[in-house]
Formats: sequence, C-alpha cells, structure tokens
Amino acid sequence: MKIYINNQAIEIAQPLTLAQAIADYGDKGPFAVALNGQFVAKPNYDDTVVGDGDRLEVLSPIEGG
Amino acid sequence: MWQIYDTPLKSRLLIGSALYPSPEVMQQAVLASGAEVVTLSLRRQNPQEQGGRKIWQYIQSLGCHLLPNTAGCKSAEEAYTLAQMSREIFATDWIKLEVIGDDYNLQPDPLELHKAAKMLLADGFKVLPYCTDDLVLCLRLYDLGCSVIMPWGSPIGTGLGLMNPYNLESIRARLPQATLIVDAGIGRPSDAAMALELGYDGILLNSAVALADSPVTMARAFALAVEAGELAYDGGIMPKRQTAQASTPTLGTPFWHQEKET
Repeated sequence: MKIYINNQAIEIAQPLTLAQAIADYGDKGPFAVALNGQFVAKPNYDDTVVGDGDRLEVLSPIEGG
Repeated sequence: MWQIYDTPLKSRLLIGSALYPSPEVMQQAVLASGAEVVTLSLRRQNPQEQGGRKIWQYIQSLGCHLLPNTAGCKSAEEAYTLAQMSREIFATDWIKLEVIGDDYNLQPDPLELHKAAKMLLADGFKVLPYCTDDLVLCLRLYDLGCSVIMPWGSPIGTGLGLMNPYNLESIRARLPQATLIVDAGIGRPSDAAMALELGYDGILLNSAVALADSPVTMARAFALAVEAGELAYDGGIMPKRQTAQASTPTLGTPFWHQEKET
C-alpha cells in the first residue's frame, strides 16, 4: 500500500501510526502535520493511523510576506 | 503605543521576511525598520534541503512577534488547516488570513475570507484578515470579531501605492474603533506616510523594502515615513481648499493697492 508525504509516494507494508510514518521524513526542524487536509496536533501522532492512499502534509517555517 | 489585539506595540510598521537578497540582509533590514512584528509562512518540508531551518533561525533571532500567514490558500478550509498548523509551530494565535480568489492579481476572495475568519475566530484565533478595500466587507469582518482589519493599498508586490484613498478613508471613518493596517501594494515611503495620515494604525509591507537596491536603507526610510505620517495625523492636517488664500498678512502691504495722490 502507498501513502503520500508531501505528494511523494511511499510504500508501506501495513498501516502505521502517524508518528511512525513521519519518523524518517524531513530534517527534524520544527514542523506540523495535516492528514488528508485536516490538522493533526502533535499529542495525537501516536493515536492516528495512516493507511493506503492517505496523504500527509509535513510543513515547516519559511519566510513570508 | 497602539495594539494588535491585546499586544501593545511602538512601531507602526509590520514587515515581511521574504524576497531579501540573503537572510543576513533580511535580518539587518528588519532591525533598521524598527518593526516589532514579522510575517512568515509554512511550506512543505524538503528533506534534501536544510535551507528552511536557516531562515527560521534568522527570524527567531530577531525577537519580534511572529505573524504567520496563510499565503497560497484558496479556500476557507485550506486556510483553517494552515492556521492550525501555524499556531502549533509558532505558538501564537495571531494569523494573517489570506484567501486568494484570483491568481492574476492575487485579490482576496471575500466570501471564502469571511467564512475562514468565522471558523478561526470560533477556534480562538486572533484574526488579521488581508482584504480588499471594500467597505462592506470590512464592516462584516469587524462585526464577526476581527478587531484588526488589513485592506490592501493595491495588489501584492505591485508597489502601486494607495490606489483608492477614498475607500480607505471611508473604512477608517466607519470603523473608528478597529485597528486598521494597510497591507500590500506599498511601494514608496510616501505611500506609508499617506496611510498613516489617513488615520491608519499601521502598514504591513515586504517587497518595498526587500526589493530595494539597499533594503537596509529603505527600511530606515519607511521607519521615518511611518513616524512622520503618524505625527501628521496627530497634528491635524489642514482641510483642502479650492481657492488660494494668502499666507502673508495683506494688511499693510507696501507699494500696491495705494491710491495715487493727485
């Protein structure tokens, strides 16, 4: 099955917690996560399951106007 | 002193952190501007690039209040999600609410903006909506609970200045209790001074400083312009007149208007 992190397809063998899904992703700077367009607060990462077709957005600070 | 919601501020200038030649210049320009509020945003993390963390460290080092934006959002739902993510990362309930309705001139979508503001206020956010200079829209946003409203001077990044001073004056007159900030379109320091002369509480700009030949020098120019505009408003600008009136007293004018003695 596939999940998508920032539009990048990632093959997984079985559903994962959100914490597991993003464990190896990113540069570990400050970030926040949305699952299928809905914000997921950090305390809920271990209780949130992601599976086939789910889309995660992992966002970090950038400059802005 | 003035306030954004319950936060007292001295500087009337809010500044963006984007488009500078380098993070170092950004840092110097923000310091030269005297701004106490800096805008920033969120984007997808790229594991291959660590540059994002560097700019974040520079912004953090400024010690300013952070004003995250929802730039790029086109629906109320997108803006709401991005605002929630910003609140978690930046630990602030301030949100510069942008919901764009047109890609050509980046004009805010008034319907989605109003909807998003309602959702965010209900969730405890302190919303600073970026909107057009439409009086009725501003009235509706204020009625919702947006104590701060940010109509544009002109489209983002154009530097066209205050395209419609009449509209901006109308909003000021009809919302005397609101905190009003001209956001977007400021090009010259004189535009900033004019906004303050109209009674606006502040201005928010980015490109005008970041794209100047010398952003640090321009930042200082804007700091002085904003101060001048504020003083001008406090001083009470004279009303315009359609006819000339001599400033030098006419009584006792020599040489002219004398009866010739015969």
